[in-house]
Amino acid sequence: MANRWIVFLKVLAHAACLAPVAWLVFQFWRVSTTVPDALGPDPISFITFFTGKGTLRLLVISLAITPVRRVFPKLGWLIRFRRMLGLYAFFYACLHLMIYIWLYSNFSWSAMVDDISQRRFITAGVTAWLLLLPLALTSTTWSIRKLGGKRWRALHRLVYLAAIAGVVHYWWGVKSGVRTPLAITVVLGILLALRPVLDLFSRRSGASVTSSASG
Amino acid sequence: MLFRKANDIPSSEITPHSAYLNRRAFLASAGAAGVTALAGNRLRKVLAPDAAKAATKLDTVKSPLSTTGEELTPYQYITNYNNFYELGPNKDDPAKNAKWLHTRPWVVTVEGLVKKPKTFDIDSLLKLHAQEERVYRFRCVEAWSMVIPWVGYSLSELIKQCEPLGSAKYVQFLSLADPKQMPGIGQVMLNWPYSEGLRMDEAMHPLTLLTFGLYGETLPNQDGAPIRVVVPWKYGFKSAKSIVKIRFVDKQPHTAWNDQASNEYGFYSNVNPNVDHPRWSQKYERRIGAPVFKQRRPTLMFNGYGDQVASLYSGMDLRKYY
Repeated sequence: MANRWIVFLKVLAHAACLAPVAWLVFQFWRVSTTVPDALGPDPISFITFFTGKGTLRLLVISLAITPVRRVFPKLGWLIRFRRMLGLYAFFYACLHLMIYIWLYSNFSWSAMVDDISQRRFITAGVTAWLLLLPLALTSTTWSIRKLGGKRWRALHRLVYLAAIAGVVHYWWGVKSGVRTPLAITVVLGILLALRPVLDLFSRRSGASVTSSASG
Repeated sequence: MLFRKANDIPSSEITPHSAYLNRRAFLASAGAAGVTALAGNRLRKVLAPDAAKAATKLDTVKSPLSTTGEELTPYQYITNYNNFYELGPNKDDPAKNAKWLHTRPWVVTVEGLVKKPKTFDIDSLLKLHAQEERVYRFRCVEAWSMVIPWVGYSLSELIKQCEPLGSAKYVQFLSLADPKQMPGIGQVMLNWPYSEGLRMDEAMHPLTLLTFGLYGETLPNQDGAPIRVVVPWKYGFKSAKSIVKIRFVDKQPHTAWNDQASNEYGFYSNVNPNVDHPRWSQKYERRIGAPVFKQRRPTLMFNGYGDQVASLYSGMDLRKYY
């Protein structure tokens, strides 16, 4: 794909990732000033779920890139969007964590320590964020060079654990009997299961696209 | 201005609801369909509850048992943010699905260990005792809360008329479970019909309200019409909605959420900041409708009704009997 198309699509992707945040910040500003119900009856819960679901969706999209490239070799250029999507997932996760620290815990460290040690859904959520943190920090080209491709790829496999921890966090956070996390769980399950399936398939057919090309 | 002090002002004259009614009148005169199409989601949501069934005004007397000094939660929040799983699992589902529920005719059967088993028509229940306005805090187990001007009378008034036997130790409430009127029944895995229960002394406590309305009008369907209980010192799920059966029994009855997850939802479920839900803290709550940065507030023991009800549990380990 021509470079100028990539640039154009990147601008679009940035807009698509930032627009929901811009909308949310604007609505939250309205909530705190003149339109208290701009985000519905429970705005804090709304922004919490909005940023949490946003994180998981972006993670899943970034995890879809590798299998899609392997199935459709012509879409190889998609790799140029993966880092960006991963970083936006981390950005949403940071917003989500900030809401917890600020609006739920009111910056009380004792309350947070209490939560993290005693409540498994918060433990899972914090774990997911901590797993994403080193990936975000080593997302630069400089880091890849410094670590070497092999070690960098090994480190970045943590993203699988982070996504699983995130989905577990979602299930543990909703009331039992509620099945809203089901859709994202199924999609993530398919994406994770696709990797060994594609490995098997490419080994059999001796296809030239290998998993090591993209991790 | 969204809030007024709870004391002194009859709830029917409080701004949020009358603003709401004015808006409806305006919309009706402006040609509701066209305006709604233009107005977008928020307004349509505000419109939804009464589209289902026009509420009837109830004549009420003030009750000395009302909670004072709290700002009332606006009507639109009380009627658009509901946990009523029979009408769907999401908070806005009950208001959307309210139209399917038919609350007339409605019959409530009182049975079990009782001298006078009776079947009441909803209209006779409405007239059984003077309707009182009772402002109560309402605390959901999910750590949000509201302040609601309910309309009803003490459940004890009904119980006295039915003369329970000495062997009756508990009261069980069974809610309607009709999949034709309640689309949530097929969507949520709960042990239907919704069952709740109280110990006899809890049921006889004057604060336990047999509830028919809020904000001076009959209950909107999404809030448990036409008849529910409200037990203000317990988590909201103890306050069964759309009741069709009241049963006096000698053993602790099974309850829907306890059947679902007994480690999370105990039979007593008194509001207690010192006993956390296994998955989240109960020390704080969000007051719905309050300014967003002032929503977080400490949860009160027995939801602030300890002076009246703590004696019911003297000698009990509330960690064990959560």
